[in-house]
Amino acid sequence: MSSLERSDVARLAALARIDMTDQDLDRMAGQLSAIVDAVAKVAEVADSDVVATSHPIPMANIHREDVVRLSLTQEQALSAAPASEDGRFRVPQILGEEA
Amino acid sequence: MTDWNNAGEIIRATAAQMADAMAAGHVTSVQLTQAHLDRIGAVDGAVHAFLHVDAEGALATAASVDADRAGGKALPALAGVPIALKDLLVTKGLPTTSGSKILEGWIPPYDATVTRKIREARMPILGKTNLDEFAMGSSTEHSGYGPTHNPWDLERIPGGSGGGSSAALAAWESPLAVGSDTGGSIRQPASFTGTVGVKPTYGGVSRYGAIALASSLDQLGPCGRTVLDTAMLHEVMGGHDEMDATSLNEPVPAVVAAAREGARGDLTGMRIGVVKELRGDGNFANGDFATGEPGDDAGGYQPGVKQRFQESLDKLRDAGAEIVEVSCPNFQYALAAYYLILPAEASSNLAKFDSVRFGLRVETGTVERTMAATRAAGFGDEVKRRIVLGTYALSAGFYDAYYGSAQKVRTLIQQDFAAAFELADVLVSPTTPTTPFKLGERIDDPLAMYLNDVATIPANLAGIPGMSLPSGVAPEDGLPTGFQILAPAREDARLYRVGAALEAALVAEWGGSLMDQAPTLEIDTAEARA
Repeated sequence: MSSLERSDVARLAALARIDMTDQDLDRMAGQLSAIVDAVAKVAEVADSDVVATSHPIPMANIHREDVVRLSLTQEQALSAAPASEDGRFRVPQILGEEA
Repeated sequence: MTDWNNAGEIIRATAAQMADAMAAGHVTSVQLTQAHLDRIGAVDGAVHAFLHVDAEGALATAASVDADRAGGKALPALAGVPIALKDLLVTKGLPTTSGSKILEGWIPPYDATVTRKIREARMPILGKTNLDEFAMGSSTEHSGYGPTHNPWDLERIPGGSGGGSSAALAAWESPLAVGSDTGGSIRQPASFTGTVGVKPTYGGVSRYGAIALASSLDQLGPCGRTVLDTAMLHEVMGGHDEMDATSLNEPVPAVVAAAREGARGDLTGMRIGVVKELRGDGNFANGDFATGEPGDDAGGYQPGVKQRFQESLDKLRDAGAEIVEVSCPNFQYALAAYYLILPAEASSNLAKFDSVRFGLRVETGTVERTMAATRAAGFGDEVKRRIVLGTYALSAGFYDAYYGSAQKVRTLIQQDFAAAFELADVLVSPTTPTTPFKLGERIDDPLAMYLNDVATIPANLAGIPGMSLPSGVAPEDGLPTGFQILAPAREDARLYRVGAALEAALVAEWGGSLMDQAPTLEIDTAEARA
């Protein structure tokens, strides 16, 4: 396992949809490398015969009847939207400027 | 003993005393609520425990409780006792930010299950308390709205992420508060402020409407100034909820009865296990996080923290408990596993802040560019760090080495706990290696900040319940130290029995609660103004 380069952080930030300035990338690369080096020690003990645990308490699927229940109204659901139109969330254009 | 006509005195009463005094007609909920609102007005400029105060709503609830009481109606046990809620609990009609600028001004259209239960318990909600942004931090310095200050020393941090809730208790701004604990965010601030905090068994309290950080680790819990008060709130909050798929379908443990039993001071037959690796003598807590090499002889633990821990053990032995030593060798990997699992889950949970349905929008061309600009402007540094780290841990090619290995460590930690609980009924340690540090001291060093949670994180990885209660003040700096108790899953009642027994013994020795030794703040703020 290796430390994170500046270009790795730029790629990850793009995947996570967070704009970062050059300054951000420099700072984050240093801090994240230190953290990644530290957490890499989990590999020391995690040999193949240890079962992975995703959840602390055993869980089972829960089912209910498929019936309509009282929930948020359309008005309530849209009440905090940055923009809405005709009872729907309004978003900026989806395709890039080049399209 | 309390003069119920004296506002300065009634805010220092316990929640249980407040409930009794209202039932006896010595005081009204409006008087109590107004006294706390006045206190918030007087000291919160210096403490900054609250992000939002709802005087109107709190007084309206109080007035309705007083009217029903006058009319002879039956009321819930804590009806009329004011409370503060950590600002990651959504509250219909009240601003909810989770400490983030990305949610500034958001008014949720629904209540969290715990919010609903607090309303049904008829408890006036004083307001929403400060936290590290999305509960990511150990000091509240990562709040988007400025840090909370520790009432014991305003130059120091109150702990985090729930520093606002614990500071509100320690400043007598509220007798009770709700917190959330993902890696210690209830227990560490309790330790740092001389108050009590409990992380219940995973699934014991509904997470519906609690803004998620790491869903397999998060648990809401009660905060109070005494073990009994904390137990009373626990019973209000707990119980099955079909709106949370991880909610345990079981009755709430009888924690109030356990606290009352424990307060009688007899722990005969109780086996108390001291966790060797968290005791604070030459272990990994101040050693090298990456290699596990031990640090100096003190193990990174402040001498006063160790001293108060030993004294508390003596009190438990005097109460009839048997003290044994247990070893949990895989705890040295807990921090590393935690800082993979948490960012991985957080990176997924925080994807919902996409500028479409609620919160901030920085419109910049396409929706994709708008999302990236919004998240850059709305999230703070620590949140960005953890989202990027989580994205990395989950990315193709690294998933098995990081997230997969961390999940295996989780199994090993659970096995350590299972073996330890064969030998002991509860496990104990200092809650934190040190007393609260100064504002700004660790803000630029994420790893140093993370190390503070070394003793609290294992419980979250295993889903077991834990409590922190005051064990005194460290002689070298006069700041509070905390005693942590851990129990097997579903055995939350054991925390309260042991905690109440220790509390009773310590209060008897101190001649009053630890909070009696806390600064009054009025004097401090008057001096600050002069």
